[in-house]
Amino acid sequence: MGKKLLLANDHIPGIQSYQVYRQHGGYASVEKALKTMKPEEVLEEVKKSGLRGRGGAGFPTGMKWSFLAKPEGVPRYLVCNADESEPGTFKDRYLMSRIPHILVEGMITSSYALGAHTSYIYIRGEYYYVAQILEKAISEAYANGWLGKNIQGSGYDLDLYVQVGGGAYICGEETALLESLEGKRGNPRIKPPFPAIAGLYGCPTVVNNVETISAVVPIVNGGGDAYAAIGVGKSTGTKLISASGHINKPGVYEIEMGITVEDFIYSDEYCGGIINGKKLKAVVAGGSSVPVLPADLIITTAAGEKRLMTYESLADGGFATGTMLGSGGFIVMDEDTSIVENLHTFARFYHHESCGQCSPCREGTGWMEKIIHKILDGHGTLEDVDLLWEIQKKIEGNTICPLGDAAAWPVASAIRHFRAEFEEYVKNSSQIKKIRHYDLINH
Amino acid sequence: MSTSKEIKFSNEALELVAKMISRYPEGKQKSALLPVLHLAQAEFDGWLSPEVMDYVAELLSIQPIEVYEVASFYSMFNLKPVGKCLLEVCRTSSCWLRGANEIVEHIEKKLGIKEGETTPDGMFTLKTVECLGSCGTAPMMMCGAQFHENLTFQKVDSILDQLKSEGKRKTYLDDVTVNHY
Ligand SMILES: Cc1cc2nc3c(=O)[nH]c(=O)nc-3n(C[C@H](O)[C@H](O)[C@H](O)COP(=O)(O)O)c2cc1C
Ligand code: FES
Repeated sequence: MGKKLLLANDHIPGIQSYQVYRQHGGYASVEKALKTMKPEEVLEEVKKSGLRGRGGAGFPTGMKWSFLAKPEGVPRYLVCNADESEPGTFKDRYLMSRIPHILVEGMITSSYALGAHTSYIYIRGEYYYVAQILEKAISEAYANGWLGKNIQGSGYDLDLYVQVGGGAYICGEETALLESLEGKRGNPRIKPPFPAIAGLYGCPTVVNNVETISAVVPIVNGGGDAYAAIGVGKSTGTKLISASGHINKPGVYEIEMGITVEDFIYSDEYCGGIINGKKLKAVVAGGSSVPVLPADLIITTAAGEKRLMTYESLADGGFATGTMLGSGGFIVMDEDTSIVENLHTFARFYHHESCGQCSPCREGTGWMEKIIHKILDGHGTLEDVDLLWEIQKKIEGNTICPLGDAAAWPVASAIRHFRAEFEEYVKNSSQIKKIRHYDLINH
Repeated sequence: MSTSKEIKFSNEALELVAKMISRYPEGKQKSALLPVLHLAQAEFDGWLSPEVMDYVAELLSIQPIEVYEVASFYSMFNLKPVGKCLLEVCRTSSCWLRGANEIVEHIEKKLGIKEGETTPDGMFTLKTVECLGSCGTAPMMMCGAQFHENLTFQKVDSILDQLKSEGKRKTYLDDVTVNHY
């Protein structure tokens, strides 16, 4: 069994409540930080831990924190990104609904390190019931002196609030999130300035993912070095993986960075293999935005080494033969899956979610969805496949925020690795029937 | 613009609005717009009419256009009337892999409506949506604040029967009380 830092107490009945959470060592990181550490010392531990942002980009958290501007007399903010809308990703929902206090605790300890006195958790609107769970946890934390004025007699003040979104994937992008938190449309801002300089209400702001902030709890409790001792190279600590698709045991797994992909898919401790004993066809390893890889390339790298669940190993080979760890949304497809049809669901998603600011993304995502639909419908031509390739290339890198890239990469990788399948749809258009390759699982 | 007489929050809702606004620095009351719109939608029959949006603008001391542009941006805000139970079925990748299209077809058949339509009795509206973060328990749909996961035809049937016999409007704010704020 791998080491668990975030979900260690997940099995304990009642861990959602303050009392049980506290009985099992909850809020120790706040006590330790506020009573025995200076804010800079907390930052130092986070740096030592090697923690990287769990929202998708993997940016070193300690470094992000150290960029935060600290002008006199201007408030600073910590904003937690709980927008979690990347298809295939559901780990934050799991963590917040099962152990809400770990996020509240992480928010307090992190806010202290950053010198923030008001912090927000921005959660996607569809998670309204989770927001209520958080509201309850926060009110318990206030009642027990962990939030509000003079926390535990330390002289440190902090208010923590939950804000609900309105249903928009783009609000997961940190500057769109800040716009939304200001009560506006979720249009990403042009950077620079980065949020660390001018974020919420124009004040210095750190935006971090739910899992990132929660990881600060074990880092402060056990020390940054102990955290960094887990994992491989620059992929330190544990990572929550959301596993879905054609596997026997879908769910959220906390893994030690560095286990093999093969083990993750086939071992009974994790996904438990492919349903109905089918063969593996492809995996989207880090949420819908990352390149899809065929079975052989996800199990081993092009160089023939076993691929590991780490930032570096999954990226090995670049986009030619590799992918990304991304948000850890691990979608598994069996041998009967139509890659083109799966891609269509992604293309529709990005078209729906483009905020519309940048023409390449606004127009391009619509074109891609329509062309893929045309191919699926049996009206496609070989030129359409080339056109699709051209469009994704013209979106990538040409937009204000990375949603454009996120829309382009799934298309590019599907064509790169499964071009024959697109051509099959074109050549055998007369025989094309929607492939129904699954039975509803009876639960 | 004047708001018509009947558009007014209950006292409980107004109390909630005041608490929402208090979460933001002075002068930044616009930040409360999304939560207040959710509240308005729950209070006024599940959708946001121009009159309701004008009322929200007034409450937050902002221009009506600032409310319209936000309400039209986010997919959870309905700018047209919807049935008492808005069924939002996810059909993105992980749900599609586990049979979401069949679930949509099954609901269409059972209710005699197509995606995007409302049953004649005003009870159900069927909508397909993008990933709701429930991919490990696919296929899934949400109705009000409730996630219905690991759907089968049978399960869908019993959920629809239950909702129909309750006959109540479901909102995203179900079970939210002033105490939580
Ligand atoms: C289109 C788009 C959607 C995103 N969605 C999320 C999200 O749902 N949750 C999240 O934590 N980060 C998301 N991100 C990444 C954020 O912009 C940001 O990098 C992250 O919240 C930083 O936190 P971290 O350093 O802790 O990962 C998204 C980025 C883009 C471009
Ligand atoms: S794909 Fe349906 S909930 Fe994520």
